[in-house]
Amino acid sequence: MGIVWTRGRWFRIRGGVHPEDHKNLSAEKPIATLPMPDRLYIPLQQHIGAPAEAVVKIGDRVKKGQLLGRAQGRVSAPVHAPTSGEIVAIGRHPAPHPSGLPIRTITLAADGRDEWGSLPPPLDPRRANPEDIARRVGDCGIVGMGGATFPSAVKLNLRERYALKTLVINGAECEPYLTCDDRLMREHGAEVLDGVDAMRRALGAADAIVAIENNKPQAIDAMSLAARAFSHIRIVAVPARYPMGSEKHLVHALTGRETPARGLTADIGVVVHNAATAFAVHEAVRHGRPLIRRVVTISGEAIKTPANLWAPIGTRIAELIAFTGGLTQDAPRLLLGGPMMGAPLADTATPIVKASGGVLALDQGTKASPETRACIRCARCVDACPSGLMPLEMVLRIRKEDLQSAVAYGLLDCVGCGACAYTCPSKIPLVQYFNYAKGRMAVEQREAHRNTEIKRLVEARAERMERLARAKKEALAKRMAARKKTQNTAARGASDAPAEPRKVGA
Amino acid sequence: MSTAFLKSGPFLHGKASTSTSMALVLIALIPTTGYGIFLFGRPALLLCAVTMVSALIFEALCVAAMRRPVLPCLMDGSALLTGVLLVLSLPPWAPWWIGVLGSALAIVVAKQIFGGLGQNVFNPAMMARVALLISFPLDMTTFVKPLGLTDPGAPGWLDSLRITFMPQPAFFDAVSSASVLGHIRTETGRGVSVADALSSLPDLNAMFFGHTAGSLGETSAALILLGGLFLLATRVIRWHIPLAMIATIAAFAATFHAIDPKVYSSATVHVLSGATMMGAFFIATDPVTSPSSTRGRIVFAIGCGALTYIIRTWGGFPEGIAFAVLLMNALTPLIDRYLRPRIHGRTRKGAAITVEKRA
Repeated sequence: MGIVWTRGRWFRIRGGVHPEDHKNLSAEKPIATLPMPDRLYIPLQQHIGAPAEAVVKIGDRVKKGQLLGRAQGRVSAPVHAPTSGEIVAIGRHPAPHPSGLPIRTITLAADGRDEWGSLPPPLDPRRANPEDIARRVGDCGIVGMGGATFPSAVKLNLRERYALKTLVINGAECEPYLTCDDRLMREHGAEVLDGVDAMRRALGAADAIVAIENNKPQAIDAMSLAARAFSHIRIVAVPARYPMGSEKHLVHALTGRETPARGLTADIGVVVHNAATAFAVHEAVRHGRPLIRRVVTISGEAIKTPANLWAPIGTRIAELIAFTGGLTQDAPRLLLGGPMMGAPLADTATPIVKASGGVLALDQGTKASPETRACIRCARCVDACPSGLMPLEMVLRIRKEDLQSAVAYGLLDCVGCGACAYTCPSKIPLVQYFNYAKGRMAVEQREAHRNTEIKRLVEARAERMERLARAKKEALAKRMAARKKTQNTAARGASDAPAEPRKVGA
Repeated sequence: MSTAFLKSGPFLHGKASTSTSMALVLIALIPTTGYGIFLFGRPALLLCAVTMVSALIFEALCVAAMRRPVLPCLMDGSALLTGVLLVLSLPPWAPWWIGVLGSALAIVVAKQIFGGLGQNVFNPAMMARVALLISFPLDMTTFVKPLGLTDPGAPGWLDSLRITFMPQPAFFDAVSSASVLGHIRTETGRGVSVADALSSLPDLNAMFFGHTAGSLGETSAALILLGGLFLLATRVIRWHIPLAMIATIAAFAATFHAIDPKVYSSATVHVLSGATMMGAFFIATDPVTSPSSTRGRIVFAIGCGALTYIIRTWGGFPEGIAFAVLLMNALTPLIDRYLRPRIHGRTRKGAAITVEKRA
């Protein structure tokens, strides 16, 4: 627990680490525009929730901004064409997906004309009603661009169930190396804030706070200047301390309020969106443009000329790297996202998606799996955890496969920020253990659910069979009795017809 | 679970490593070790060498017996550190076998039998010290007057070798002397007041700078403090344990001193003498055997401080740090169990915090 003074305010911050930031590699590179690639690979799922359903077929000609995949279900997002051209394939292609498996992807061959299709009319966020803004954001396929990829419209609709007071814009960008949000805020402050204001109105929130880490003074200045035009938006400098960008922890630092465990920030009247998301909202609301491009930081010691690029969604990473001038070594460590929470990149044919803020090529010397030593219980992980967990105790229990007691130590409250593993002097891959355990928990839960379901079905079947058997037996018995009776009657000439057997099977 | 292929980050790591932490502690101990050797002469140097080397040998033997790679284990520095902490707590002219037996107790019994680095419940150096103290009380409490390298009366190499390797009772006993706490205990036991007992001893200044009889590396509060501040600055340790422990000892001492200054020594004497500083900065802060949470560390340190004062004042031994730390080590798992940090978004009891639902 620490109290930090930053730009005129005290912040209560728990845990956290100070990774070397490496932002200087790309922080002074203005956003350049990548020339339109020949082919774009647009995965149908670039968000949390159900994948979109393709509405085009091979051979279709599409215009820029045209719908390619329709959202399916409540938590889903559509995908659009980043340029005009022809659909040449719909099939599996490598994509940044947690499973690492290829996913359903639309391949678009650009025609080079980059022609816009018909776009929905501009909205004036000051006059439009909240539902319309939220619908527009949903129609334009906007998802959380900080990496979580939660469909933004769903979050904007939280006003229906919660009384929201504050919109927090996460411009912290606490991941080392990444500068895409920094550049966007420096160069497009007014647009970002216009998007912020649109979201604030959609949410019915009284005010908005844009939080920026104090290691980005230019972004803070640019945004503060732009914010003069908006009376309900404050720019707040927060201490540069990883993981400042973690939603619940950021809200705690800004408002002093804690989000209940397993709850939403909406429970305390706050909704958090990313700065890049705000820019996308501006484009959608003011210009009707769907989310078809984003700023990507290409950086790392093994990148010849680090850069920030406007890249169409669906651009293969190989092309991005080639455009910046290539690599300085043969086999660097390629990562998608930041070095703290990003994922290793298996295939450079993988396209960038709505969530991709950075492509990093780290020096081979930046060893990914340094030799693990015995835990000496130094508890640096405990001191570093922003959530008050005891990673060392959790790992001890996960190693013994005692997942329930790991949960008692907060396994499910872990946000996976990796501050613990970063600081561990014994280089124990703590996050890996937690992911493994969380995965096991999910599987076990599914299995337990399935087992109870099977048990229920088996029992129901047994009962049904028994009932049928009983009924059959009864019917048989009745028939026998009836026959006997008939025989008897026939013999005796009596006439009491049996009605009972008809009921069987009812 | 295989960790051969890392699927999840972080892909950056802090610079801290287990062996650097150990190395920093060793560096922090250089001033007081050097001063101990300077103060007590060549026999102290020999004892240091014997203890450290035997600690490494015992570690190597244990690791080899478990068919694990020996060199990486020796390189982590933990065995050497245990050896150093042990020798610093020994009487400087103790015979060689005290050092060797102490190392064996520390490394084999207190550490490796529990499963090696990170698994032991008790501080290895302190466990060895206490075992030696109980088993060989005479050898463990025969302190010498500071008779340093530069002192004309100091033993030369030959005499030093005889002191360390061919110890005979009463050899060189003309220079034997009691430690500060030992002296006060004996004298007050005879009804002499603390002030009178102290008058025949070095003043507080000497105690601070360490020109007194005592354990090899524990006489100079100033140099230990220097090392401790170095550890704080390099973030190897955090301030909670040293501060809470010293404050507790001082608070107890000041209270009882105020009640009856004739019987109870002042806070200054308690803080500056014996192993207080060493215990607070280097022993109680041992990561392996101290609690993991901040609150746990504070409770642990207060316990160490209180027990130290109680043992020193009313117990059977003049010095209490080792006993106090070991007793609190035994409570560490319990403290870790009950004093966890509060989880974000949860109450101390673990239930999700509640907010009044609006709308």
